[in-house]
Order: sequence, then C-alpha cells, then structure tokens
Amino acid sequence: MHEMGIVTHLAKTLDELAAEQKIVKIGKVTLQVGEVSGIMTDYFVDCWDYFKVRHTVLKDSTLELETLPAVTFCDNCKKNYETVKYGRTCPYCGSGETWLITGNECIIKQIEAETEDDRNGEKNVRTDEMR
Amino acid sequence: MKIIELKESVTVSNDRDADKLRQKMLKNGVCLVNIMSSPGAGKTTLLSKTVSDLKNDLTVAVIEADIASDVDAVKFEDLGVKSIQAHTDGMCHMDAGMTERALDEMGYSNTDLIFLENVGNLICPAEFDTGANLNVMITSVPEGDDKPLKYPLMFSTSDALVITKIDTLPYFTFDTEKCIERVRKLNPNIKIFPVSAKTGEGMNKWEEYLRQNLNK
Repeated sequence: MHEMGIVTHLAKTLDELAAEQKIVKIGKVTLQVGEVSGIMTDYFVDCWDYFKVRHTVLKDSTLELETLPAVTFCDNCKKNYETVKYGRTCPYCGSGETWLITGNECIIKQIEAETEDDRNGEKNVRTDEMR
Repeated sequence: MKIIELKESVTVSNDRDADKLRQKMLKNGVCLVNIMSSPGAGKTTLLSKTVSDLKNDLTVAVIEADIASDVDAVKFEDLGVKSIQAHTDGMCHMDAGMTERALDEMGYSNTDLIFLENVGNLICPAEFDTGANLNVMITSVPEGDDKPLKYPLMFSTSDALVITKIDTLPYFTFDTEKCIERVRKLNPNIKIFPVSAKTGEGMNKWEEYLRQNLNK
C-alpha cells in the first residue's frame, strides 16, 4: 500500500546518484524485493512508470524486480523455515517464538547508466566516422 | 551503458536526510518526538493533555500531519502553543524531507519539545525515518491486545509505547499483561506507559519520560 512513497524515494536516491556520478541517462534499474515486504510488484512498476517522467535522467528507465525469499528463524528449535508457507508458527516444533530473518527488504541491486563521459566518447566516435 | 552496482536500500536518501535532521535538532536543543498510531487510537487527545501539562514550564510545539484538513492544528493553536499543519498530499506517511519543511516553516528556535503527529497508519510510518529523536507508538485499549502480533515492525522500531484509554479497561477484553509481554518479545528495551488522558491516570510517568529525554 505504500508503493508510491517508495517510488518517490527511489527516484530521489537515483537522482542524487546521477548528479554525483555525472549520469545523464539511466536504463534498467534492478531491485531486490523481499517476499513479505508488502510491495505489490505490478502496482509498483505502474507507479514507477507514472512517476519517472518527472525526472529527465529517469524518463527512459525500466524497473526489473527480483524476489528475495522470506526466511524465518525459530528461537525454540533454532531451525530456519519458509515464511510464506508456514507463517509465524514453526513447522518443526510448533513454537511461536519465531523471527523473520530475510524477506522484508527493498534494495537497489544495480542500475544501467550512461555518463557524460560515455556520451562525449560516442560523439568522438561519430566525428571520426565522418572524417 | 555501463552497470553500476549499488546494493543499497531504496530509502537510503531518506535515511541520510533523517540523520542530518536529527543532528540539526540536537544542535538546536530541540527534542523531536514522532508519534505514530492507527487512526482513532487517541493521538490528538493524548497530545492535547500532554501539551496542557507541559506548556507552563517548557516551550512545546506540534506538527500535525494529515492527508487533508487542519482540524487538529487548530486544536493546538487554541491551547496557545505553536502548531503547523503538514499535508502529505495523499501520502500515507511523513518522511524526513516533509518533516524538515514543516519545521522550517513553523520555526523551532528556543523550543524544547516538538511533537510530530504522524499520519494515522501502523505500516508505512514505521518504514520511513522522519529524523525524530524519539519514536513513540500509541495503541489503545479498544484496539485489542493483539496489535503487536499484527504490526510487529511498528512495535519493534519504537522507543516507547503509550497504551491509551485505560479508563475503558472494564468494557473491553484487553489483557494489559499479555499485551506488554507481546511487545517486549519484539522489543525488550521499549518503555511502556499505560495512561488515560481523560482521567489523567499514568500521565505523570509519561510526561516524566519526555522531560528526561529533552536535548538539554
């Protein structure tokens, strides 16, 4: 339900990075999203497409979402299990003393970027060809 | 195009802004308290009572964050303390940038304590650092003692929990001990204050906690 809020922060983070590293264009953005992060992936991509046009550097970007599995640890029998399948109750010993280890993340894994230098490089190539 | 590996949280820009804001408040001697709860838990009533009790010897101000309207900010102006309404424009939480804009607009010099009444919501405000020095969650007796089971993140990221409306305990099946036990399991260090803003019961301890946490 908070996809739009996350999208605005993602855009801001990437905008700042672009300014820092002289990036003029961002292509594919790969995110790692936890299985139980509460992020609806389809809706998240829709929000991104709606919002990205406000930022010159992001307007041609695309989002690729990878799912990170959710794993829960049981404090009672010290085993890990799949969160989505079994929920809060440990399937091995039935204890409710369990903690989510991974699955709540939303991480920017990597981006495809074109920098000012790359663009100048391309121009040089073209000038060479013209000669 | 080249690939840049980042491996950082989506909210990293907000986390940076929040840390900067926290330092700025510390430098100015202000304690910023972020108040979070579901709608109807009694944030405004608790704050009205707290502000009335503290305003004689402390300079207090209130930032009211809501999706729309200014009904809450007007209530605090009537109490004679500085107050500003921050509209989140439909967003379900306040972030550090919005909080800083509201603080700058309202002014915070020579202020001891500023309450940020976050949007009534138990999910998103827990994920976005506002830059507050203290994060306080409110849950009320009518909401039930199983709230910590349903919204674990909010309970585990708060410094203090205020259980409100304890004057209604005779009418609900709310097990205070069970609720506290569930909260402590998620967050062993959390400070817990059962209060009734209506009768004043327990308010002393909660207000004493705020006084101890001033940035003086």
